[in-house]
Amino acid sequence: MTAAEAARVLTRRGLLISVAALLGLAGVYVLALGYTPVEARQGLAQKIFYLHVPAAWSALMAFSLVGITSGLYLWLQDPRLDRFAAASAEVGVAFSAVMLTTGPIWAKPIWGTWWTWDARLTLTLFLFFLFIGYLALRASVHDPAERARFSAVVGLLGMLLVPFIHLSVYLFRTLHPQPIVLKPSAPSLPPEMLRTLLISMLVFTALYVGLVTLRYGLGLAEDARDEATDVAG
Amino acid sequence: MREAIRLALAIAAKDVRAELRSRTALLSAVVFAALVLVVFNFARDPTALAATDLAPSVLWVTFALAAMVALNRAFTVEREHGALDGLLLAPVPRGALFLGKLLANLAFVGTVEGVTLPLFVLFFNVDLTAALPGLIGVTALATIGFVSVGTIFSAMAVRTRFAELMLPVLLLPFMVPPLIGAVQVTSRLLAARPLSEVAGWLRLLTLYDVVFVTLCTMAFAAVVDE
Repeated sequence: MTAAEAARVLTRRGLLISVAALLGLAGVYVLALGYTPVEARQGLAQKIFYLHVPAAWSALMAFSLVGITSGLYLWLQDPRLDRFAAASAEVGVAFSAVMLTTGPIWAKPIWGTWWTWDARLTLTLFLFFLFIGYLALRASVHDPAERARFSAVVGLLGMLLVPFIHLSVYLFRTLHPQPIVLKPSAPSLPPEMLRTLLISMLVFTALYVGLVTLRYGLGLAEDARDEATDVAG
Repeated sequence: MREAIRLALAIAAKDVRAELRSRTALLSAVVFAALVLVVFNFARDPTALAATDLAPSVLWVTFALAAMVALNRAFTVEREHGALDGLLLAPVPRGALFLGKLLANLAFVGTVEGVTLPLFVLFFNVDLTAALPGLIGVTALATIGFVSVGTIFSAMAVRTRFAELMLPVLLLPFMVPPLIGAVQVTSRLLAARPLSEVAGWLRLLTLYDVVFVTLCTMAFAAVVDE
């Protein structure tokens, strides 16, 4: 199979998974509005939780995978790892845009302010900027091998910045709701809420897989095109 | 190991010597830092905010901007006349090369910070006598971390289009943890609070230095080797 054919298969598969995930997302809306109870203190504003948390989860997963594949690229020098990291970074930026817009919409009625310079907010914003920088760097280096090495270094360093972000959360006084699902004691959510959240996280993970597959296929097609035009030119 | 340190020092000495012969970059960076301080002084409403309340933030934003200017030129000079290619042909391990450039950049940024500090005392009327040793310590701790990341990014940025823009965009997110820590520690120092209040921040700054100096030293080969 040539690269162009592989690209076509991958983009089609990616599109299919993404569409299925988007249908699943519609299901999550139905569950969030019809199945889960209304939270006693926050009211309907709490419903955004089923989008905000899974989006944040997908964004963080995307960025962690960029870091891991970047580190592996520096070791194995496999162009597939670089292409995956590029795809994951782009999708991660999209998910963090969702996280960074749904957050303030919730914060306005609950905290009384769109934005607060709380540690976690500030630093996720900077994580978003970091990956915008990662994509800007990719766009400004022409040579593919050099682009792959440079962005792998930034991706790896970026992943190591994340623990420092988390450490700062605990050192800086924080307003952000504390972890309620992943904590040492049992999750303190009613079962309907927890189930919906978990379904939504699955849907967002599927959406991530779909979009990355799509973007990976496009990257493959771009590389095939560049190679073809280089040979022709 | 000893050989690598000797090579790193030789590279750093070369950079420092080149800098001392021209002095233009160093002087410009110092003047730039002084100007930032002056601008800050006029950017605040003196009836609403006391100079001392703003002092730690002003100091660290000035340091960060001055470091950015300094780092932007760190590898620009190596690009001229293919100096970097010559350096890469020499039998120097890439880690030693990185440490050499890091030391040279630290000397440069450290000098700018050293000149800025008295100006800061003068313009913002803060009393540093008691806080000075602690302030020098935390400045060194924070500066080592972000100059280390800045050195490796600077080596990349010179090879891209829009190099002057690429470095700040990449580096600023990495400056955030050291800057937050440094501002916290500085404000406690200026308020004559005990250091035990900021032990967590000091540990974070130290950890940041260890992690990023090690990682950048190891990753530098991927940036310069074809």
